[in-house]
Amino acid sequence: MSKELAPLSDPGLPEHIHRKADVDPKAAKKAERQVGILFLLSVLGTLLFIYAYLGIDEDSFVFIPVLGSTNAHQLFLGLGLAMALFFIGMAAVHWAKTLMPDHEVVDYRKELRSKDEDRDDFVATVKDRAAEAGLGRRSFIKRTMLLSLGLVGLSPVLLLGDLGPLPGNDQKETNWKSGTRLVTDPGDRPIRPSDLEVGGVAQVQPELPAGKVRHLDDIAKDSVLLIRIRPEEFNLDAQRLSWTYEGIIAFSKICSHMGCAVALYEQTTKHLLCPCHQSTFDVTRAAKVIFGPSARALPQLAITVDSEGYLVAKQPFTEPVGPSFWGRNK
Amino acid sequence: MSATERVAGQVANYVDERTGSAKWLKKTLTKVFPDHWSFMLGEIVLYSFIILLLSGTFLTFWYDPSMREVEYEGSYQPLSGLKMSAAYASSLHISFDVRGGLLMRQIHHWAALIFMAAMVAHLMRVFFTGAFRKPREFNWIIGVGLLTLGIVEGFLGYSLPDDLLSGTGIRIAEAIIQAIPVVGSYLSFFIFGGAFPGEMFIQRIYVVHILLLPGIFLALITVHLMLVWYQKHTQYPGPGRTEKNVVGYPLMPTYMAKAGGFFFIVFGVTAFLGAVASINPIWIYGPYNPGQIGAGSQPDWYMGWLDGLVRMAPPIEAYIFGYTLSLNILIPGLIIPGIIFTGMALYPFIESWITGDKREHHLLDRPRNAPNRTALGAMSITFMLVTLINGGNDLLATHFDLSINQIMWFSRIGVIILPPLAFVITKRICLSLQRADRELVLHGKETGRLVMLPHGEFIEVHEPLSPEKAYLLTQHEQPPALEANLSNEYGVRNPKALRSKIRARLSRSQAEQIAKPTANDLKELEGGHH
Amino acid sequence: MKFISKYRRHRFAGPLLLLGALLFAGLTYSAAQAVTEEATLSQSDKATLIAEGKEIFARGCSSCHGLNAEGAGVGPSLIGVGAASVDFQVATGRMPVADMSQQIARKEPVYNDQEVAALAAYVASLAPGPAAVTNEELAWERDGNMAEGGELFRNNCAMCHNLAGQGGALTQGKYAPTVMGVEPKHIYEAMITGPQAMPVFSETILKPEEKLSIIKWIKHAETEPQLGGAALGRVGPVTEGLVGWVLGLGLLIGVAVWLTAKAR
Repeated sequence: MSKELAPLSDPGLPEHIHRKADVDPKAAKKAERQVGILFLLSVLGTLLFIYAYLGIDEDSFVFIPVLGSTNAHQLFLGLGLAMALFFIGMAAVHWAKTLMPDHEVVDYRKELRSKDEDRDDFVATVKDRAAEAGLGRRSFIKRTMLLSLGLVGLSPVLLLGDLGPLPGNDQKETNWKSGTRLVTDPGDRPIRPSDLEVGGVAQVQPELPAGKVRHLDDIAKDSVLLIRIRPEEFNLDAQRLSWTYEGIIAFSKICSHMGCAVALYEQTTKHLLCPCHQSTFDVTRAAKVIFGPSARALPQLAITVDSEGYLVAKQPFTEPVGPSFWGRNK
Repeated sequence: MSATERVAGQVANYVDERTGSAKWLKKTLTKVFPDHWSFMLGEIVLYSFIILLLSGTFLTFWYDPSMREVEYEGSYQPLSGLKMSAAYASSLHISFDVRGGLLMRQIHHWAALIFMAAMVAHLMRVFFTGAFRKPREFNWIIGVGLLTLGIVEGFLGYSLPDDLLSGTGIRIAEAIIQAIPVVGSYLSFFIFGGAFPGEMFIQRIYVVHILLLPGIFLALITVHLMLVWYQKHTQYPGPGRTEKNVVGYPLMPTYMAKAGGFFFIVFGVTAFLGAVASINPIWIYGPYNPGQIGAGSQPDWYMGWLDGLVRMAPPIEAYIFGYTLSLNILIPGLIIPGIIFTGMALYPFIESWITGDKREHHLLDRPRNAPNRTALGAMSITFMLVTLINGGNDLLATHFDLSINQIMWFSRIGVIILPPLAFVITKRICLSLQRADRELVLHGKETGRLVMLPHGEFIEVHEPLSPEKAYLLTQHEQPPALEANLSNEYGVRNPKALRSKIRARLSRSQAEQIAKPTANDLKELEGGHH
Repeated sequence: MKFISKYRRHRFAGPLLLLGALLFAGLTYSAAQAVTEEATLSQSDKATLIAEGKEIFARGCSSCHGLNAEGAGVGPSLIGVGAASVDFQVATGRMPVADMSQQIARKEPVYNDQEVAALAAYVASLAPGPAAVTNEELAWERDGNMAEGGELFRNNCAMCHNLAGQGGALTQGKYAPTVMGVEPKHIYEAMITGPQAMPVFSETILKPEEKLSIIKWIKHAETEPQLGGAALGRVGPVTEGLVGWVLGLGLLIGVAVWLTAKAR
């Protein structure tokens, strides 16, 4: 039966074909020379490496096609190292291929499964010795042992308690308060409406009280984008319109999707594009999401001018800025 | 006795008197390893790991894992006087003011890219040849674990310089953490030591990157290799090769020389890339600032598929009793990768359940002889490619004059339609190849020589296959499909009948093969024409 | 003389003669062009410049922008865009438009410097607008701060133009072009006029010194030699991954195939 299904039997390992170096001593010598040359090329590489490290000035540049004008110290150090390593490998492999024995050797696999008597022996041993430990009979020991091990294993997790503060209200607050001036980023210059032209955009931060230094933590929440369009181009309800000033509108720059800076403004379409995942926001409709994975519009900052004519925030953000989190609306 | 032999003898004696290792060493030095280029992919991963350890140690001698603010005073003019973290400044210092520093940084990063690429190639080889079957299921799980950890290790590694591009990646990782229901904000504040970006993150991931993960890697790689050593490497089928033997070359001297030489070659090629190709030019990216961003920001390639998934996600956020559930982040960022990696890890058990095959396998499958598995692999690769392409959609748009919006829609639809399409096409191709094999065995190889027979008919001369080739094309097994077990001999319905039915259905699809030629087929032919 | 008659029937004689005739025609044409330009320069003054501009405008621009630059459907109104806009758009070859698809691309300019100046003068005469600048008056080398320019570039420009100024994608097939290989005056004019999708960076939001710093940084980035080897396009991990797979893994697999192949 099986013969019919597999009529072709295993013909065994094919005949060994001798290499030139196996039969011809001249070919063997040639192969030996080739291996030697490869090792010597590696030596050359090492010499180049040493010369490059000690002898080539770090500020010298050399023109190589494809690479352009490139740092010579870096290039030759690397090429020297590469040559040194590569040719050792080539030499070893060439030596193995041409001169070392290439007869295929056959080894036998033992069955991985242990012999039945070994398995029975193991099971019997474990059973006997487990009975000696007595866990099966002494359930009080077993339970209290598990309890103590469990507690001592889990309780050190408490040590991680000071890894960081509790979030508290931190994610919901920024440095934008009622009357905070908008200042340019960088430069910290206050902005008048006339400073911004129609079609213009400004990177903005809140003016910090005197003495306070701006940290990256602040920038990660406070960054705001100021955009000016013609007032008639807005498509907003009365409340949101009241948050703008003469065609100038302000949004949080921190993407409501995953927190990248949404600074890419297209003047013609009045769209904001986040370069990370291509969420697109429509400025005329209060940064409503019109494409991409973001689920929420960018929070809008209500702005007006103060007594000196500089742009200020009317009130803090009415929602948390940045990416979503579980307790965002609580 | 020469001087060498004398000294070697003394050393061997010294060691043996203390360890009794003579017998074991002899067995080790004569161990046989099968020789095929596709078996060297795992070696590339291993050697890249060693290169990463060596180059990485070099970098630690100068790198400062601190986020404290410093003013740049190094030699790179365009950043002169700017405020930046000490981590970024020290990375610049390594690049410009340490001889060989930039070379080692680049070798380290190129080695990481090759490490991950070779890992994926090795995974594909193991998958398509069925090397994960019993007794190697556990090694497969270790491999999937190494892949996952490798992705994390690489991500943390290129985030250490704290530049604008990698910092953006950290921002996105933080958003994923923050989006986790209930505990997200707490986890984020604990990991970052406060609000993002905080001042603790770099020094914490530094320890993970240079100590914790490499330690886990070393342990897992050791177990991975020990299992290969002990269970012996698999081999491709062919004349002289059976389930009970292993054919190849001995460790000493041949395999040692080839494998050892290959290490130097891998190191040499990596060093060559480090010398001629710029990678991660952090001086152009500038220090990390959460208010800045660059167009065309992507993670390293092995996370590109995650980026693509996140980009194509529909903008869905759910609200439960006033709490926010960011499905648009959780699904592509955590749930889908979780399903993929879990599915990958469990695959050996899934396949053995479908086929009912509980035997040991040491001979590899030719991919065409396992059409369902090969098609599944092609389907997974297609999925990965579509998501990877979407991850670079803005670069594709600028370089090929396309629109990111169109590419996004192509990916959203393509990621659902293209993988099953790839499955069907690949399975059909496998079956065609089986058919071609059958034709080859029965009719021999086409020689292209035309002969005119005496009565005027033209025929093409076919050369019969060598016995070796014919054996190779017919040695595979074609087990029949499993039957559903709906009731026992007394007519009592099987409580697990549904499971059995599903299994039978899957097994039927799995067992779809082109029948191998039988002795009867050959006899018929010999009697018939030519 | 003997030389010519000796090689009269040489097989190269015909082609050489043809080449010579073509060269002659080309050279005389260029010379004539040069002469014409010379003639125009010596005769111009401001009023003539505006008139000349109006004439070029009527010929080459009015079909899209209207006879009085008031806008005509396809082309927007140019009243108030200023000489800066004209200098930027026309001298970089963007205007007149060749391909009206998603984005108007930089190409070989159609008009020479004199004609651009004339057009600019004409459009500037219609209504006040930002004035054109010259490369000479932009003392970016002297007045610009390279490091500050880099920070400003990353803050204001990199999100569209990429961290290395190589350009980037916008929505619906639009793109921000590379800023490499652009004259300083055009960089400046682009910032103050906000061409196409680019927003306007007024002189109060981005002060003139800050603009000069940005130009200084861009010019340095343009000429900076490769510090680590081939730049691979300066677009980041995507090309790096491609090179890692194709060159890195590809080479190594090639070596592996050689390694396991049987020697002869």
